Amino acid sequence: MKKLLYSKKAAPYIFILPFVITFAVFWLVPIIKSGYMSTQKILPGQSTFIAFDNFTRLFGDRIFKIAVLNSFKYMILTLILLIPIPMLFACLINSKLAGPKLTNFFKSAMFVPALTSVVVAGTIFRLIFGEMDTALANQFISIFGAEPVKWLKESFTGFAALLSLACWRWWGVNTMYFIAGLQNIPEDYYEAASIDGANTWQKFIHVTIPQLKPTIVYVLTISIYGGLAMFNESYMLYQGKITHLII
Amino acid sequence: MKSLKTKKTPLKILVTLLFVFLSILILIPFWAIFVGTFQEGSMLIRNGLNLKLDFSTANLDNYVMLFTESGDYFKWFFNSVILTVVQVVLTLFISAFVAYGFAAYDFKFKNLLFVCVLIIMSVPFEMLMLPLYVQINDMSLADNYAAILLPFLAHASTIFFFRQYLTGIPKELIEAGRIDGASEFGIFFKLIMPIMKPSFAAMAILNGMNSWNNFLWPLLVLRSSEKYTLPIGLNTLITPYGNNYDLLIVGSFFSIIPILVLFLCFQKYFIEGMTAGAVKG
Repeated sequence: MKKLLYSKKAAPYIFILPFVITFAVFWLVPIIKSGYMSTQKILPGQSTFIAFDNFTRLFGDRIFKIAVLNSFKYMILTLILLIPIPMLFACLINSKLAGPKLTNFFKSAMFVPALTSVVVAGTIFRLIFGEMDTALANQFISIFGAEPVKWLKESFTGFAALLSLACWRWWGVNTMYFIAGLQNIPEDYYEAASIDGANTWQKFIHVTIPQLKPTIVYVLTISIYGGLAMFNESYMLYQGKITHLII
Repeated sequence: MKSLKTKKTPLKILVTLLFVFLSILILIPFWAIFVGTFQEGSMLIRNGLNLKLDFSTANLDNYVMLFTESGDYFKWFFNSVILTVVQVVLTLFISAFVAYGFAAYDFKFKNLLFVCVLIIMSVPFEMLMLPLYVQINDMSLADNYAAILLPFLAHASTIFFFRQYLTGIPKELIEAGRIDGASEFGIFFKLIMPIMKPSFAAMAILNGMNSWNNFLWPLLVLRSSEKYTLPIGLNTLITPYGNNYDLLIVGSFFSIIPILVLFLCFQKYFIEGMTAGAVKG
């Protein structure tokens, strides 16, 4: 026992053992099993091999196609909304143009929505996008003289509500990523650019963007798969009603 | 100098106005739910949320109900607290243990195994969820907290973060420990864990938040009401029957408060924890 504790050879395997067990039991075996199950017709108590029939059925399914298209649509729209705008916010926060107190307050305020659970956020937004003229979203558009809208019952407005929920929850987090990235850019680069006579826009294009590239790539990556894997938000906002499936 | 100042002033005012406007816009939903807690649930279902605090109909009935006849609400709250604490403590400890193995040693299959960490980390959970659910059922762990905890204790992204942190620690420190006669595990517990403190804070926040707000996986796994966590319990209240909406709104409002208080106290760590994934890999 003592020998084992001091063995440099055995130690690493003991250290990583928890991960190896978890990986094997909860990820590897289930994935293999589900790969096998996908070629079976499964009824209670018996299953028969049917090769790729399940896949043929899946790809022929109308709802599946709509769902895949919707996922891509949601993903692309969130890329447009959740990357350039937070980048702008981060630059403005970093520029210290507004007073330090207001800037700090804005930073904290932006982050708070990310703390709420999707159940709470979805509930708030579902009630804000209510059907009556007394719901907040309808009150807002009535300022411009528009009639009350049944937001969550139409595919276009339903998508708009979903995207506004996504922006509300994720703008803050993405802004923080960009702020962290901006703070890693050495001040000298901007000074050098100033000496060369670059204006603010040129500095942004030629210094900020290239230096932020790792952060942009990271945020882009998590946004792509976050967008494609999104389930919670739509589940909470629409409460499982399928009327919105139609693009 | 003077001309520079006057040139910047309009921009300053513009940015200030933008920040004020956006802050209000972002905080509006919180005000809306706060106002909603004073309204009758049946009114909310019909009318939706808005910003006006109508004193003629406002009352504290929802709060009274929450504290007197809320059914399982405080049980769910308690479950969430316990589960969050247990999950954070165990995840940090086990993930740090594994991360040290990856950071401090060279061994066979190290790279292959680390690729496995990266795969679990980068494949969306939603894709692995159904196979995992079948497995949990086969192991008869459904409706058991073990099903919520066990698959995530050696938590891939936490391991990754800790390993990044640990590669910065000088090998001489480990050698010095060995010379002093510490066992390989003694080195980890007595030398390494204390210097990992700052990274523990960030990961505690990240894991704590994920656990407190965890929704999809507990929704699949948990079946009996007395075991529900707060998000799952609140979700069951979303039916237009009875007084559920009274409880839903005030209960949702209450579920934000603990995490908001923690955020206001430890803001720096929250932002560090949430953005930890973006550290150079």
